[in-house]
Amino acid sequence: MAGGGSYDTFPKLLLRNTAQFGTRPALRHKDLGIWQSWTWAEVAEIIRSYAAGLHRLGLRPGETIAVVGSNRPKLYWTMMAAQTLRAIPVPVYSDAVADELAFVLAHAEATLVAAQDQEQVDKVLSVSDRLPQLNKIVYDEPRGLDGYDHSRLIAIGDIIEDGRTALAAEPTLGEQIDESIRAGNGSDIAVILYTSGTTGAPKGVMLSARNCIDAAIDTTRFDRLTDKDVVLAYLPLAWAGDHYVSYVQGLVAGYCMACPESSDTIEQDRHEIGPTFYLAPPRIFEAMLTRLMVRMEDAAPIKRRLFSYFLDVAQRYGEQVLTGRPVPLSGRLIYALGRWLVYEPLKNVLGLSQVRVAYTGGEAIGPDLFAFYRSIGLNLKQLYGQTEAFLYVTCQPDGEIYPDTVGPPAPNVDIRIAETGEVQFRSPGMFLGYFKDQGKTADAMTSDGYVRTGDAGFFDEKTRHLKIIDRAKDVGRLADGTMFAPKYLENKLKFYPNIKEAITFGDSREFVCAMLNIDPVAVANWAERNNVAYGSYQELAGHPLVYDMVAKDVAAVNRSLAGETVLAGAQIRRFLILHKELDADDGELTRTQKVRRRFIAERYASLVTALYNGAHDADISTEVTFEDGRKGTIAARVKIRDMQIVGPAKSLGRAA
Amino acid sequence: MRAPNANEILLQVEGVALAFGGVRALRDVSFNVRKGEIRAIIGPNGAGKTSMLNVVNGFYHPNHGAITFKGRTRAKMQPFEAARGGIARTFQNVALFKGMSALDNIMTGRTLKVRRGLLWQALRYGPALAEEIEHRRKVEEIIDFLEIETIRKVPVGRLPYGLQKRVELGRALAMEPDLLLLDEPMAGMNVEEKEDMSRFIVDVNNHYGTTITLIEHDMAVVMDLSDRVAVLDHGVKIADGTPDEVKRSQAVIDAYLGVAH
Repeated sequence: MAGGGSYDTFPKLLLRNTAQFGTRPALRHKDLGIWQSWTWAEVAEIIRSYAAGLHRLGLRPGETIAVVGSNRPKLYWTMMAAQTLRAIPVPVYSDAVADELAFVLAHAEATLVAAQDQEQVDKVLSVSDRLPQLNKIVYDEPRGLDGYDHSRLIAIGDIIEDGRTALAAEPTLGEQIDESIRAGNGSDIAVILYTSGTTGAPKGVMLSARNCIDAAIDTTRFDRLTDKDVVLAYLPLAWAGDHYVSYVQGLVAGYCMACPESSDTIEQDRHEIGPTFYLAPPRIFEAMLTRLMVRMEDAAPIKRRLFSYFLDVAQRYGEQVLTGRPVPLSGRLIYALGRWLVYEPLKNVLGLSQVRVAYTGGEAIGPDLFAFYRSIGLNLKQLYGQTEAFLYVTCQPDGEIYPDTVGPPAPNVDIRIAETGEVQFRSPGMFLGYFKDQGKTADAMTSDGYVRTGDAGFFDEKTRHLKIIDRAKDVGRLADGTMFAPKYLENKLKFYPNIKEAITFGDSREFVCAMLNIDPVAVANWAERNNVAYGSYQELAGHPLVYDMVAKDVAAVNRSLAGETVLAGAQIRRFLILHKELDADDGELTRTQKVRRRFIAERYASLVTALYNGAHDADISTEVTFEDGRKGTIAARVKIRDMQIVGPAKSLGRAA
Repeated sequence: MRAPNANEILLQVEGVALAFGGVRALRDVSFNVRKGEIRAIIGPNGAGKTSMLNVVNGFYHPNHGAITFKGRTRAKMQPFEAARGGIARTFQNVALFKGMSALDNIMTGRTLKVRRGLLWQALRYGPALAEEIEHRRKVEEIIDFLEIETIRKVPVGRLPYGLQKRVELGRALAMEPDLLLLDEPMAGMNVEEKEDMSRFIVDVNNHYGTTITLIEHDMAVVMDLSDRVAVLDHGVKIADGTPDEVKRSQAVIDAYLGVAH
């Protein structure tokens, strides 16, 4: 195992890894159908040339370089080369529309932009008149860029080549690079990560090299990560999760990061590369399970029976087997058979066979979903984190897993619960402040140096683990005082494969209502099997049979709520299925695909009114943004379905 | 990049006539294709467009006239000779091996480039293996170019039509042709698939510098893509020129709107 030690910047860590693991793979990338590999020594040579090239392009210490694109080696190298020159990389979400991109580039004062391909270059060029400080655009994939004006465009490959030639020709340049690495200091800003902005404009979270490295040293120890580990870099570059797992932890532990061939081939690539450490937001685990269930529906009857039988077995014994608690011999045997017949093949198909440690974070995970993966033997754990903490605030240690807590504080993290119920922390990876925003920085910190998370939570008395209820500002009460935790209900709804997204309403209201999005993959498959004809998503979403099917799921949620004394009064009385999919391009989801509750409540105000005034349908017309940026409107009449409330009589009486 | 010398003639069709018994499919058609351009042949149904392509790639033999390709004039040629000479084509109804994967289908496009004999290939050892790797590399570049990495191993029979068309284009590209004949590359596609295909056609032309001759029904697509357009009607060429010129031609308007002949 490797730590950071006296290596307080990333370029220094790179040199250490070159000396220590020189011939071990640092990076893999599937290209032309083959996994191409680079050792630490090769990467170090490329970074040196690239940094020399960027220096010749005029990149100076303290300047920023934006990185826009998916997980490709040259984009990670851009970050590393920039840090070598003591410049600051600013990764940006690649699916950001031009306006969002323009905001971040302007705010970050980027002098260079590293763009993945023609699409991203086009986007930057379309807003370049708003970016006076922008000097050059460098790009990875040349395809389609032949006819462009190359006075401002340069291929990354050419910069590396240029740097290599220059290094060979002028020895002083090499000395300059070495001097820059030596001069690098742990207190330098290593990276600025823009938060996706659930509220308001994105904020640039400044992280220092020392803090990033310290945090990563703690977590690599915590999960015993070594240079033998492998991760798949597939999450957005701009998300703290990817930056942490793929880039920082990779450099600290010296393990290999694998870049997928394209965003469409991630499943295949994961299957081939077999990552040993895996981080995914709940929705990815959800999507995997949905696809799995869909495929099982199409499987032969015998396989379906085998699957459901052993899933029951897993539910009974899986968790105990995984945590090493006592299990009766018969249970152990039947579980072993299940592992051989079902669980291992299943994990293999999902590309999770080699995973030693998996984390889910970013959002609360449905308990059933969480239990499913653990029961088939995946060491899935929860972490609670924030960009401001550079990811980890709490994480579950092996063997101490409770589905409803997010674990004890991560190593060296100090957590307290404010009187308001808000979780506050101090951590090694803590941010320095928001870039160019003293005011917001002050708002986010307490006077004694703790960071406010904005989440409501408490420490569970029995386990001493942190429990997060919801965003502090989202937890509400029904008119009769029953607690209403929207996200909790929504996660329960979303566990059903037919339901992709859910937004519940209830704060200060008489009862709870829900707006749902059907999952197009699962429902389309169901429609095909049941000969339900439809022409569009809208038609499918409004189909009476789809409503019937979803009503069954909602009823099941109500039944499970009836069993929980605190929340029994918060059962869903009425629901509707939205006529369109919620989309980040329309501002309904954040770029990390979280629903923007307030925005949706405003945008669909007429539907919310109808949910509460007893109407059985409502008209809605919304503006939508197409992928190419054009706008149009969708109009629809949306039906509303009433639900039965399930006993216990006591809470029913109270709710009614 | 598109060849700078756009005036070099790659293909010259001179007075070609073709008849099936009493049906005169082509009557004295002449046109040329310049190196590096995208050349469209359009016309109403039954105008003789596909016959024209079939004549160019040697599938039909014209009754009269001559075809000059890369400076060599000939009246008769077999399709395999055309292929060897650097003419590749796609078909109106996708003609792929349905049971084979997309990758294998595109690999078949390399057949004519294979230098080692059957025995070497059967052994799949030494030079034959090295050669296969080289071909595979070319094919992978095409797969990357056409963005079909996800379906590399999928039998083409299971793919949607639009993707099958793309695989077929990939197979034609694998031949590294000098002249690429596309027979209705966008037939039966939805708007999005058409846009994708148009982009690929332009990219092929830009990136590989391949000269392209295409037949298409969709006028909007043709006018956007092509450098020059030839219009056939009842086997006769009724117009030839830039898209703008063709659009203004009275003969073309009549042919498409239907005027008594």
